[in-house]
Amino acid sequence: MNGRSSVPAPDSSAPRPPKSQIGAQVWVRKNLFGNWFDTLLTLLSLWLIYQIVSVIFSWAIIDAVVGEGPKVCEGAKGACWAFIQEMWELFIVGLYPFEERYRPYTAFLILVLLCAATFVARVRRWPPFYLLWALAPFAVFFLIRGGTALNLPLVDTSLWGGLMLTLVLAVVSLGLGFPLGILLALGRRSRMPVLRGLCVAYIELVRGVPLITVLFLSSVMLPLFLPAGIDIDKILRALIGITLFAAAYLAEVVRGGLQGLPSGQEDAAKALGMNSWQTMVFIILPQVLRMVIPPLVSTFIGLLKDTSLVSIIGLLDLLGMAAATTANPDWLGRLVEAYVFVAVIYWVFCYSMSRYSLFLERKYKTGH
Amino acid sequence: MTPPRRDQPQSLIALWRNPVARAWIYQIAILLAVGLGAHTLFQNTRRNLEEKDTVSGFAYLANEASFGIGEILPVPVLEGGLIHLLIAIVAGLFLVFLLSRWQKRRGSTIGADTRLVIVVFILLFGVPLAVLFYSGDTIRAIHYTEANSYGVALMVGLLNTFKVSLIGCVLATLLGLFLGISRLSSNWLVAKLSETYIEIVRNIPLLVQLFFVYIAVLRTLPQPENSLRFFDVAILNNRGLYLPSPIPQDFANLFMLSIAATLTGIYFWRRHVKQRQDRTGEQLPFFLPSVAALVAVSGLVWLIFGTPFQLEYAELRGFNFVGGLELSPEFTAMLISLTLYTAAFIAEIVRSGIQAVSKGQREAAQSLGLRGGQTLRLIVLPQAMRVMIPPLTSQFLNLTKNSSLGTAIGFAEVVNISGTIINQSGQAIEPIALTMVIYLTFSLSISMLMNWYNAKMRLVER
Repeated sequence: MNGRSSVPAPDSSAPRPPKSQIGAQVWVRKNLFGNWFDTLLTLLSLWLIYQIVSVIFSWAIIDAVVGEGPKVCEGAKGACWAFIQEMWELFIVGLYPFEERYRPYTAFLILVLLCAATFVARVRRWPPFYLLWALAPFAVFFLIRGGTALNLPLVDTSLWGGLMLTLVLAVVSLGLGFPLGILLALGRRSRMPVLRGLCVAYIELVRGVPLITVLFLSSVMLPLFLPAGIDIDKILRALIGITLFAAAYLAEVVRGGLQGLPSGQEDAAKALGMNSWQTMVFIILPQVLRMVIPPLVSTFIGLLKDTSLVSIIGLLDLLGMAAATTANPDWLGRLVEAYVFVAVIYWVFCYSMSRYSLFLERKYKTGH
Repeated sequence: MTPPRRDQPQSLIALWRNPVARAWIYQIAILLAVGLGAHTLFQNTRRNLEEKDTVSGFAYLANEASFGIGEILPVPVLEGGLIHLLIAIVAGLFLVFLLSRWQKRRGSTIGADTRLVIVVFILLFGVPLAVLFYSGDTIRAIHYTEANSYGVALMVGLLNTFKVSLIGCVLATLLGLFLGISRLSSNWLVAKLSETYIEIVRNIPLLVQLFFVYIAVLRTLPQPENSLRFFDVAILNNRGLYLPSPIPQDFANLFMLSIAATLTGIYFWRRHVKQRQDRTGEQLPFFLPSVAALVAVSGLVWLIFGTPFQLEYAELRGFNFVGGLELSPEFTAMLISLTLYTAAFIAEIVRSGIQAVSKGQREAAQSLGLRGGQTLRLIVLPQAMRVMIPPLTSQFLNLTKNSSLGTAIGFAEVVNISGTIINQSGQAIEPIALTMVIYLTFSLSISMLMNWYNAKMRLVER
């Protein structure tokens, strides 16, 4: 006995449940055809599933056209996947120069490796690991941008696009917005009325308006705010807008964590003679940051979805690419295929992250 | 050894060590920094605007708009009848508020005294209705044309935002309730179907869904000649959705009035039933008599005075449909995608709200002899509501804020109109600031209402 399991192992000699209580047939009868109402619901659902699946199946697979060039799609009843076959790389990296494309792919690989490493609990508990995450946005940004300091050719931001731009916007605004959010959350709980008032005003103001107005603000008004001669490009403006927007939401996430921490922790730190900075850095923040990871992931999902709004102000992110590629006269009107492709990419990212967040939540729940 | 005293003569270092003084030094420094930043931004902006020769101020709101809006709602003008109506409503609310304060001070509530309840009813509904009846003809509304000002255009945008948000909230709640309950269904297939829907819709950006509905679905619909018809009631084609519109006949007012009177009667009957049950434990019938009264009164009025509303159906004339209730493709797409998207989030709130009520509550109710419906109505839902309402409100706010995405497909809501104004007038700061103030006013007033409600609904701990 390892002493850990309190549940006794199933006794093989114990009588098994009667045949009439187990098996697929019984499960179906119990869960799908319990009474007349259940039966009706099941039949209705089956009919609905059949309708939906048959439409999707015939459009996406049976009537779909695969091949090369726009010619093959003439007169096609279903989806024209030839369009995606030709354009997929535009959706992923945009107009990024062909011979430099290894750079965004490397950046993507770095992110994937970091995410994968986060799954491993032992790596997660290693303190410098947080530092790696904090550095990741900068690494990604400069790897893609290049420059003489890195001995990589500079790629102008006007060439950035597709999924790469979407991820850069989401990751960098999370990376910059999170420290800002922590400061705002601490300011909101501060005992200084002026500081608290300013932080509350900022958070409530930003959370009360839609992101699109913030994006308009940053894309139209930011150039007016800056002294003459300083010009910042469109992507950086959008990035600033999203970061300022995200910071307010992240502040609320951190505040939730701060409220969830028992006040005994702070008292204990004080009793040990720590001053307020030490208490914050060594006692409170490490615990709070670990606690807020699940809501943080949810906020990041929202952020990733929200970056699609930059297509309204004319950036060619993943969604903006759908409009740009279908404006090509050869592929005019292939919007359905484009939107489905884009939707699938967004879905894969968001769904896998939401699963991860759920997994973490369950894990922490059992820990208490 | 004597402990150091706090009020010793203070040098600069001592001041620095004094936590109160230090806090004030920090705050003054922060204020200075923020003020300096704001001043710099202001100076920069002024210089930039001067260079560009741009006018500033809100005078542009009075300028002629000279752009068309696809989606027009009549803008009521604040004069004559409307002012009387607003005064009646505000005065009624104020008087009711005073009454409730007065009752509270006497240690009672308004609901305890039937005479007071009647007074409140008259103040809140009777007086405004009477004012509306007598001064209704003097309420003037502007039907927007290109000759109107930017201000009127913005009002039209505001009304469109309200329209799509309000209808969207109602539809999303209904669909979300349905999805949330079916996700908890004991039928495996129904639960899985609902879960699949929720997981697909929640994880795709709203803007993608909006474009999909607008471009991929509505644009591929047939021309008006070959419209999709659902029993001739709803007609769908690439120009929009057409529904029958009710045209009030001569006695529509009387009909509505009789329904209002019946509902008031039902309210008092419910009070009576409840009080009787509290006093004696005797249960009087409530549901069936109420329905019977409602059907009987409205049916009687209908029979005597004739039909109160005539349904007007859309008809194909030439190349387009005329009459009925026309919903533009932009509005339809906006409404459909907002509803479908928000419903998925509301479904999750409903599910977690119902699951938050512990099983013991249900079992206790059953062991007290309550039936299934009673358990749900009296035990589960009131407790689930307390959990559900705050996130539900934030979803409604999200829906309202998300309606700003209408600008991407050209639905004439606030942000879209503001964008047009920015392009035409050349002024950027004021329209954007005005849009933000509009949304902010709305969000803050709703969240204030929410805080008030939460404080009221909070578990009173004894």
